[in-house]
Order: sequence, then structure tokens, then C-alpha cells
Amino acid sequence: MSKQINVALIGNPNTGKTSVFNALTGLNQKVGNYPGITVEKKEGICKLPRGVKAHIIDLPGTYSLNASSLDENVVIELLLNKTDKDFPDVAVVVSDVENLKRNLLLFTQIKDLEIPTILVINMSDRMAYKGISLDIEYLEEQLETKIALISTRKNKGIDGLKELIRSYKELSTKPCMDASSIDVPYFDNLRKAFPNQLLYKLWLVITQDVNFGKTDRKTFDKVEDFKTKSKTDLKRLQQKETIKRYQFINETLKKGQTIDLKSAKDLRIKLDRVLTHKVWGYLIFGIILLTIFQAIYDWSSIPMDFIDSTFASLSEWTKNTLPEGAFTNLLAEGIIAGLGGIVIFIPQIAFLFLFISILEESGYMSRVVFLMDRIMRRFGLSGKSVVPLISGTACAIPAIMATRNIESWKERLITILVTPFTTCSARLPVYLIIISLVIPEGRVLGLSYQALTLMLLYLIGFGAAVGSAWILNKILKIRSKTFFIVEMPNYKLPMFKNVALTVLEKTKSFVFGAGKIILAISIVLWFLASYGPGEDFNNAEQIVTEQYASESLDDDELQQKIASHKLEHSFIGIAGHAIEPAIRPLGYDWKIGIAIVSSFAAREVFVGTLATIYSVGNDKVETITNRMAKEVNVKSGKPLFNFASGISLLLFYAFAMQCMSTLAIVKRETNSWKWPMYQLVLMSAFAYIVALVAFQALK
Amino acid sequence: MTLADLKRGQQGIITDVSSIHIPLKLLEMGCLPGNSVELVQVAPFADPMYLNINGSHLAIRKETAIHIQIETTNE
Ligand SMILES: Nc1nc2c(ncn2[C@@H]2O[C@H](COP(=O)(O)OP(=O)(O)OP(=O)(O)O)[C@@H](O)[C@H]2O)c(=O)[nH]1
Ligand SMILES: [Mg+2]
Repeated sequence: MSKQINVALIGNPNTGKTSVFNALTGLNQKVGNYPGITVEKKEGICKLPRGVKAHIIDLPGTYSLNASSLDENVVIELLLNKTDKDFPDVAVVVSDVENLKRNLLLFTQIKDLEIPTILVINMSDRMAYKGISLDIEYLEEQLETKIALISTRKNKGIDGLKELIRSYKELSTKPCMDASSIDVPYFDNLRKAFPNQLLYKLWLVITQDVNFGKTDRKTFDKVEDFKTKSKTDLKRLQQKETIKRYQFINETLKKGQTIDLKSAKDLRIKLDRVLTHKVWGYLIFGIILLTIFQAIYDWSSIPMDFIDSTFASLSEWTKNTLPEGAFTNLLAEGIIAGLGGIVIFIPQIAFLFLFISILEESGYMSRVVFLMDRIMRRFGLSGKSVVPLISGTACAIPAIMATRNIESWKERLITILVTPFTTCSARLPVYLIIISLVIPEGRVLGLSYQALTLMLLYLIGFGAAVGSAWILNKILKIRSKTFFIVEMPNYKLPMFKNVALTVLEKTKSFVFGAGKIILAISIVLWFLASYGPGEDFNNAEQIVTEQYASESLDDDELQQKIASHKLEHSFIGIAGHAIEPAIRPLGYDWKIGIAIVSSFAAREVFVGTLATIYSVGNDKVETITNRMAKEVNVKSGKPLFNFASGISLLLFYAFAMQCMSTLAIVKRETNSWKWPMYQLVLMSAFAYIVALVAFQALK
Repeated sequence: MTLADLKRGQQGIITDVSSIHIPLKLLEMGCLPGNSVELVQVAPFADPMYLNINGSHLAIRKETAIHIQIETTNE
């Protein structure tokens, strides 16, 4: 037995497929209490008893084998293509004990495909709470399957499931009901025309656009009989089929399941009377958002100060201990300073991820979808677009992937196009540092001005997203069916392990993802800033000493002047001065210009870039914020980061499309370079104009 | 009457669904003749509507709800 067993996890959304996947494989894929968390195929290996290995595939949730959105399609394409390398030897249908009736619909369809099938009934820990009891033996018999009653939360029944997978060859492949009785003559003809094909498979291919391996749809068109049914007839038949299946399921559950309604509790309805209320619902949503912003500020200032000063002393220590030379300078001024510019934001980013993941795990996200649908629809979006827009505050990349469960292509495309406007965590470093420089401290109604400014920036990002969606909705001439169904899952106490893992994973990938880019960029920048061509750079000392000969400067001041003269004439200085005319009207100097250009790779590079440029040739080691506060505008003599230029910078970062990875994902999800290029050009042009107007108005 | 006429907290039985206007997905989630339905909550302007159909808790838009015929069972 060297071959691995291919196992596919299939089931309705939010039934715990990914939780089962994690329990079997020991991996940590993202779990959340919102239908549509998994949107792609994920794979892992599970060790079964007696040295057998299983190749486990986690799939997006689907309500049936009739796909209505992109994520659901993944499942159907896999199940219909016997030639696919991942085609399952055994299908594990994961169901939620509280929604067994609905979950079994998909199960009966999969049985019709004659694949060996195991039925997992998950969340058994909720049975007592809901007053549910099951007759497993009876159900196994009626459904022609083996059942594993498990709870991934309490870690119960997993070993039993593993054993069932290992002995999958003993499973029955007989369908548990006969759906073809809905139109006997039609199905008889079909069977005669394609004696070698599975009847239900044919039916699926006829009723929808799925890729069917070698037998493509054209061969069906040749069959006269296939043409006799109109679209509406087919749909009516599908409805009949659904009713038929439910009849069978109801019959089965009547004997196999008892629900004691007296002992059942329903917290969901009680909570939802308040949380989705016309007035209270919105009020509570607003308060939750406010609390998050205030918390991001209040809880993270202490660890941030600590990190800031640690990096400053690390840099100093490096300079003092290592032998003097180019390498020490590169390390102390380039790398440590650059990394400090990113590590400092770990506390805030971690808090942000913490809140998002609690919102997702509790089940509250669906309520927000409900509350916002009507409003979002005015702008050509769907209530479901709110989820990408909220999770976009962490990062646009998973957010854009999360649009895959939006049914209408137009609503989905618009959501993809506008999601990069939401304030992602990469903008946070830029915002925080500029806000701390240009917005005064102080409080109104217990909320600090700085926290309010941050909240305002998030609202601006959200407003830009919604506003551009409105315009796109008017311009884009795409006709696509729109419909909207969203499930309201039960509220769940967020599981500490799931939340902690999400926070840890996300923070890690933020630091390492950004860290790599920053490392590379700060090394390059450091070289460009430390070397330069020509007289002006190489004889800086002599030139400056002569220039200030008449003034009696002390040694410190003179060194300072020399260093800044060198920087101005280094490679980076020359490049910076070349672009300065373009950005001066926005209130920036050439150093900021370089930082903006380098942030087109990724926004969070901004602070690191400034940190590197400022620390080159600077003997005194300081924290980044202090260093930025001291920077003066050479022309006016006022601080460089003042209210006008600060606001202008904030607005520039709010609107500009500065993230290579997002562009790449948009290309992948829309399948063309056209959309990401529009985003890049239009968003950045808009950012420039707004920043320009803001600075000119405020200065 | 249709599902869109239901008041908050009211219950009913689905009598007919117009299969051309209703996405198959909704039928598959239990929105079929004979099943019970309760209006749990409505958003402003009664749209979307938060329903409990046969034990499934879900929200749909008003434009879909008008194609589902019902009979009320209480009040
Ligand atoms: N009470 C209880 N909750 C569970 C159990 N297993 C999973 N959950 C919760 O159910 C929710 C959904 O879990 P997921 O594993 O993300 O479900 P999924 O089927 O992968 O969902 P999609 O990918 O969205 O289709 C999460 O909030 C889990 O914490 C269980 O055994 N008991
Ligand atoms: Mg999942």
C-alpha cells in the first residue's frame, strides 16, 4: 500500500470542514464562523493507523452540486473529473448536527455519483444544548454509509474517522435514493444514449456549465432528446429533484433524529433581535468600530515605545562594538534602522488582527452583511462586499480572495476593484507616525484626537471605496444576475486557539513579508546614500569647511553640515532632487519623495526608507519619530512634517495604489492586466491630485 | 400573500415558489412549498429580510421574497 488515499472534505459552508482538515493533518488553515472562509482547494497529509497515509483536500463549502459562485465550482469540477489527480477515493461529507436536514441534501447528491462516502456529523458538543439525539445505526442503514459523530472543538471522534478512512474500501457506493423518478421517460432516454456514463453525472452536465473532462458538452447537443427541454423546463425539473430529495431526507430523519424542543435553547434569535435591529444594530456596530480604534492606540503605546528605544540602542551598540567600517555602518544605519521601522508596528497590527479574527469567529460578520446590504446596494456592491472591505483593513490580498463567494460577477468585480482603497495594515505605519507628528495630543469625550484622526482615515478609505464603486456601477456595462442569500450562523464563543493562531500567523507573515522587502530596499538605499559621484560628494569635507570658514561652528555642527552635504550629493540625493519638482507642490522634500517611490513596492517601506536615509552619516542615534520631528524644510525653516504636508501625505497614502502583490492578485482574480493597470494609474493620479489640493489649501 | 408581506415575528407556511425567479440555491436551502417560515428581523425599508426557513437562518432581499407565496399561521 504505497499509494496514498485521496480524501476530499465536502460539505455545506461553515460546517467545520477546515476544522476537520486541521484535526486530521495537524495544519493550521484558517477557520472562521462565516460561510465562505475557505475559497480555494487546500491540501495536507494525514497519518492513518498501520502506516497508511491519506492525502486530504479541504474544499470551499457548497450547498449542493449546482454551483452558483466561483468557490462552489471548485468542488463540482473536482468531483466530475475522474482524471483529476486529486479525484477522491473517498468523499468525506462534513455536516453540522444542528442543520442535518439541509446538509443531507448535498450528501444524497454525492451518493448519486457513486463515490465511496463517509458522513461526518460534526459539532456533537452542541447536541445536548439543542436537545438533539440521533439513531446512528438507523441513519447508516438508510443512507448507505458509515457515520462518524465528532466534535473538532472537543477533539472527539477523530480517531474513529481516521479508521473509517483507512478502511474506505468497505464503503458502499450505492445511491441512497433514486432521483431519476422525477421524469422517467427523459432519464430512460438519457441512459440509453450514454450507457457508459453515470446518469446523475449526465444530469449535472446538462443542467449547468461545468467542465466535464473528455466528454464535452457538444456531444450532448447531438442527442435529439437533450434539446427537447427548455431552460425553464430544466429548472422546474431541478426543483422537483430538490423536493424529491427532501422528501427522502425528511422520511429518514423522522425516525433517525429526535429533537426535544423543550430543552433546546436559542440564543441566536434573542441576540439578533438586538444586534440586527434597525437602530441598535447600527449603533452597536459603530461602537464596536470606535472601540477597536481607541484600543489600537491605547493598548499599544507602551510596547511601541519599548521597541523603538530598543532598536535605537541596538543600533548604537552595533556602532560602538563592531570595528568601524562600511559593513558596520550598513548594519547599524541600513538594516537595523530599516527593520526597526517595521517591528515597531507589531503591537498595533497584532491588535488589529485580533479584533478582526474575533469578529469573524463570533459569527457577527454575517450580521454586518445583513445590516449593510441595503446601503451597499446603492453603490453597486453587495452586503457581502462588506466582508472584503472589513478584512481588507488587515490586507487587501486575502480580502480580494474573499470576494469569491459573491454570486454576481459585476458586484464581485467592483468589490475587487475598490477593495485596495480600504486602509490595510501596511498603511498603518505611515499613518501612525505622521499622525503622531502633526496631530496634537489631547482628548475629546475620552477619545484622543489621534485615534479620531486614524478613524477618520479609515472612513475616508471606506468612503473612497464606496464612492468609486458607485461610479464603476454607472460605467461598467456588465449584465449579470444578482441575487443575495446569506446564512446567519449561530453565535459562537471565539475559540482561543483559532484566534491566537490567526493573529500569530498574520503578524508573522506581515513582519517577514515586509521584512524581506525592507531588508533589500534598505541595503540598496544605504549604498546609494553612502556613495556618490563627483567632486561634491568626495571632497565634501573640504568644500563645507571652506564654505563655513568665516562662521565659527563647533565640531559637532560642522560634522552635521558635512554629512548633509554628502547626502545631498550622493546617488540617492541626485535621484531625489530629480524627482523633487514633481512632489514639491505637495509639500514634500526629496527624502520623502524617495520614500514614496520605494513604497510602490509596498507601503510599509516608507518609514524604513526614511529611517535609513536619516541615519546615514548621523553619529547620534535617535528614535525615528524624534528624527522626523527635527527635520526642517530648507526653504521655509519650518518643520518639514507640519500640519499641511502631514495631511497631504496621509491623503496620498490613503488613495495611492502602492502594492505590487495586490496588483498581482487582482490580475489573477480578474484574469487580465487591464483591471490592475487601471487601478494603478487612476488611484495614484487621484492620490496626487487630492494631496496637491490639500497641501495648497492648508499651507 | 407573499413572504414580503410578513410582519416581524410572524410565521407562515410556504405555499408556492415561482421557480423561474427564485435561485435554485434558495430552494436547496429549504425554501420549498410546505415548509414553515418566520420573519426574524428586517433591515431598514424591510430589505433585506432575516428569515428562519425550516430551521435555516438566512437573509434574502425583498426582490426575491416577493416571488414566494405563503399563508400565515399565527396572529
Ligand atoms: N461548537 C463547535 N463549533 C465548531 C466545531 N467545529 C468547528 N466549529 C466552528 O464552526 C465554525 C466553522 O468552522 P470552519 O472549519 O471554518 O468551517 P468550514 O466548513 O471550513 O467553513 P467554510 O470554509 O466557510 O465553508 C468555526 O467558528 C469553528 O470554530 C465543533 O465541533 N463544535
Ligand atoms: Mg473552510
